[in-house]
Amino acid sequence: MMLEVRDLHAYYGKSHILQGVDIKIDAGEVVSLLGRNGVGRSTTVKAIMGEVPPQGTILFKGSNIAGLPSYKIAHLGLGYVPEHRDIFPGLTVRQNLMLGVKDPRKPGKWRLEDMLQMFPNLAARADTAAGVMSGGEKQMLTICRTLMGDPELVMIDEPTEGLAPLIVHQVGDLLAEIARRGVAILLVEQKLSIAMRISHRLYVMGHGRIVFEGTPAELRDNTAIRKEWLEV
Amino acid sequence: MLELIVMSTLNGVLYGMLLFLMASGLTVIFSMLGVLNFAHASFYMLGAFFGFQISRWFGFWPALLIAPLLAGALGAAVERFGLRRVHKNGHVAELLFTFGLAFAIEEVVQIIWGKSPVDFRVPSVLDFPAFTIFSTNYPAYKMFMLLVSIVIFAALLITLKKTRIGLIVQAALTHPHMVGHLGHNVGRIFMLVFGVGTALAAVAGVIAGPALVTQANMAGLLGPILFVVVVVGGLGSLPGAFAASLLIGLVQTFAVSMNGSLSGAFGPLSPDYAATWLADIWNVTIAQIAPIMPYLLLVLILIFRPMGLLGTRDT
Repeated sequence: MMLEVRDLHAYYGKSHILQGVDIKIDAGEVVSLLGRNGVGRSTTVKAIMGEVPPQGTILFKGSNIAGLPSYKIAHLGLGYVPEHRDIFPGLTVRQNLMLGVKDPRKPGKWRLEDMLQMFPNLAARADTAAGVMSGGEKQMLTICRTLMGDPELVMIDEPTEGLAPLIVHQVGDLLAEIARRGVAILLVEQKLSIAMRISHRLYVMGHGRIVFEGTPAELRDNTAIRKEWLEV
Repeated sequence: MLELIVMSTLNGVLYGMLLFLMASGLTVIFSMLGVLNFAHASFYMLGAFFGFQISRWFGFWPALLIAPLLAGALGAAVERFGLRRVHKNGHVAELLFTFGLAFAIEEVVQIIWGKSPVDFRVPSVLDFPAFTIFSTNYPAYKMFMLLVSIVIFAALLITLKKTRIGLIVQAALTHPHMVGHLGHNVGRIFMLVFGVGTALAAVAGVIAGPALVTQANMAGLLGPILFVVVVVGGLGSLPGAFAASLLIGLVQTFAVSMNGSLSGAFGPLSPDYAATWLADIWNVTIAQIAPIMPYLLLVLILIFRPMGLLGTRDT
């Protein structure tokens, strides 16, 4: 088991946001966390990364990481791409990617050249400031930057939010490529399309709890869950 | 007139570079930790006093190296064991902490070295006129100060722009959390930045000590100007701090050397004013209002351009 979250609780001030979340992800598995806005999907990944103080057990490759500082968690091999596309705007695309590398002496399975080859857009702008790129390019850059750190599991929060359909498709391709290289993914999404296409398993969240767990086919057949927790 | 311009420019640039040595650290610390370090000028003072003491024991050159290292280590310790704990209680607590620290340092300095100025002299190797312009000798030590500031400025720029640690610092200026998520130890970077920032202020203290007066109130005298520089330049902007340092340096040195007044400029037009109650304002010279000018600039900037000359955030 790569990641095992047991009875995770988290608070923002006095409001009880996560009320006992349980999630499991195997090595190389692609898992999606679905749900409407405000049900605690982002908070779940933030609590795992230690950005929101977690209460409960979070086992990553067998050791409890709950409450560790995020740089230590990252070094264990857990990557995190937050939802706001936090690129470093003053640095160039190349510098952004280089900062994803944790130890320059130990090259991982993702090379700078690979990234630039996969994304001609990034290559063309390798030496310009990342701040001037489009939303889609920034999204690709944040994901690629986290991959440069060679994570074994990468948690990606709402990568397609606000992107044009064509770019959404490209993000989907990138996620498929990540999975193909054996990296496990925890994808936080609101849209069903990409999640259904690439996931092995899905979780649906509602009011701070997991309300459904199953395969894409099972979710497709479960109209009740979709109506109550996903569709608007 | 030409003499005035050349001398004031030289002195202004020198004063500006000295201000930048301090303002650079202050502004980077502000960007990263979100806290305005009231005690920053105190590290400049510590630099001067450490420099004085060490140069008594071992000479000026070892002092130039050891004093900043000592002050920087002290700065790093303040971040690690003080600010980092206080940080949990929010920005007001941090401000008060640095505020108190400034007073504490001043008192300690007074206890050790007394209230009156100490005899921190220009090293004899550098105690000669570098060149003579317009029949005035320009001291070599001032050229040395300028040189040290420029070397440090260049080193800082190269470190920030070209090295990996510099890139991490730049990234952490805007997105400290993201830098942590990528596996970099942000706490250690903060401590490093605080240490280097305070060490730079101490370098300024060591080299300014012999030229100015090394005395327990020197932090209090300089601190306010430093805040003017950082606010005028734009909180958190290094290029802004550089521009503002030079601007304030030049404004101040030019202003003190100008004797113009309203009566000088317009007196012949209406000599009656000299006799009225307005005479005080009428006759005041630019040199006399020089000390207020930076603060006037601060007020104007805050009203018309609150983010500063080159700042991007309006905190």
